[in-house]
Amino acid sequence: MKPRYLLCLPLLLLLAMGALLGGCRSEPLPLRLTNISGHMPDLDFKLTDDNGKAVTGANYRGKVVLLYFGYTHCPDVCPLTLAQLHVVMQRLGPLADDARILFVSVDPARDTPAVMHAYVNAFDKRAVGLVGSARAVEALSKRYRSAFTREPGDADGNYEVSHSSAIYIFDRDGKARLLATPSASQDDLVHDLHLLLDTGATP
Amino acid sequence: MKPIRLPFLNAGLLLAGLLLAGLLLPGLLLAGGVQAAAADHVHASDAWIRVLPGALPAGAYVTLHNDSAQPVALTGATSTAYAEVMLHHSSTAGGMSRMSMVDTLTVPAHGEAVLAPAGYHLMLMKAKNPVKPGDTVTLTLKFSDGSTLATDFAARPANAIDAGEPHAGH
Ligand SMILES: [Cu+2]
Repeated sequence: MKPRYLLCLPLLLLLAMGALLGGCRSEPLPLRLTNISGHMPDLDFKLTDDNGKAVTGANYRGKVVLLYFGYTHCPDVCPLTLAQLHVVMQRLGPLADDARILFVSVDPARDTPAVMHAYVNAFDKRAVGLVGSARAVEALSKRYRSAFTREPGDADGNYEVSHSSAIYIFDRDGKARLLATPSASQDDLVHDLHLLLDTGATP
Repeated sequence: MKPIRLPFLNAGLLLAGLLLAGLLLPGLLLAGGVQAAAADHVHASDAWIRVLPGALPAGAYVTLHNDSAQPVALTGATSTAYAEVMLHHSSTAGGMSRMSMVDTLTVPAHGEAVLAPAGYHLMLMKAKNPVKPGDTVTLTLKFSDGSTLATDFAARPANAIDAGEPHAGH
C-alpha cells in the first residue's frame, strides 16, 4: 500500500502543476459576473466600424470583446459606462491590448462613423464604434435579447433613445461568457477579464 | 397655555398695522430684490461637466448643500456658454437605461442633493463656443424660491469618472 502511494505522489504533483500552468480548459473559470456561457449566441454581426470599414464578428476573434449598445447623444449613462470600462482597461494594463470595447450605436440616424470615431476615442483607444442600418443593429440587439426604443422628440428634433444597459463579454473565440451591468463592480470586471484574457490565448 | 390677549390689540389697530405693512412691504422687497436673487442658503461643491467631442450634449454634475431650515428645489439652470440647459434624470429599470426631464430636484433642509452620473444631471446643449477639458463654465442654478446661484463648473475629459482632484491638471 504505502510504496504504491509514494510512487503516485510525484505523478499527482506533476498533474496538478500541469493544470495550474496550462490553465485547465475543462474546469469552469471562477468568474464573478453573471455567467452566460452557453446561453447566448457567439459574437456575430455585419456592421461598419468608426473608420468606415465593413466588419463582422470574425474580425474580433482572438480578442476579448466587451459589447455595449448606446448612442453618442446620450450625455450621462453611456459616457459613464464607457469611462468606467476605460478605468477597467487601464487597470488590466498591457493585457487590455487584447480586449476591445465594441460600442454599437442604437441611433443610426445621427451616429456616423466620423462622429463615433471622435466619441469612442475620447474614452479609450481600444474602443471601437460600430454603426449600421437600423435593421442590422436591431438584428444584433435581438440576438442578445437586448432592446432599444427611440423616444418622441422635441420641436427642435432632439430625441433620446432608451436602450439596454447590459455589457456582454465574449472570449477570444467569440463565445458569449459574461453579462455585466454598468453598476457592476470594477474589481469584478477586472478579475473576470483577467481570467478571460489569461486563458484561451490563441497562439 | 392660552395666548395672552392684549386689550389694546383691537381690530382697528390691526387694520392700521396691515395697511402700514402693505405700504412698506413692496418697498422692502424692491430694496432687497438685488440680493434676494442670490441664494445665500445654498452652496455648491464638486461641480463638473463631462465634455464630449464635437457638438454633442454634455452632462453637468454638482452637489448642492442647503444650509437653511427650509427645503428648496432646483428648477434648472442657465448659462451663457450653452443655449439650452435641462434638468434630467437617468434611470435604469428592467435593464433599460432611459433619461427623462424633471421639473424640480428638492434640496432638503440642512441636507444635500447630488447630481451625479447615472442619476440627476443638467444636460447642456448647443455650446456657443467649443468647451474643452480644463475650461471653467459658469452655470447659474435656479431655485424654486426665485433665488439663483452662479456656480463654476470644471470641464473634464469624456472619460472622467467624477469631479476629480480639486487642483488636478494634466
Ligand atoms: Cu440628459
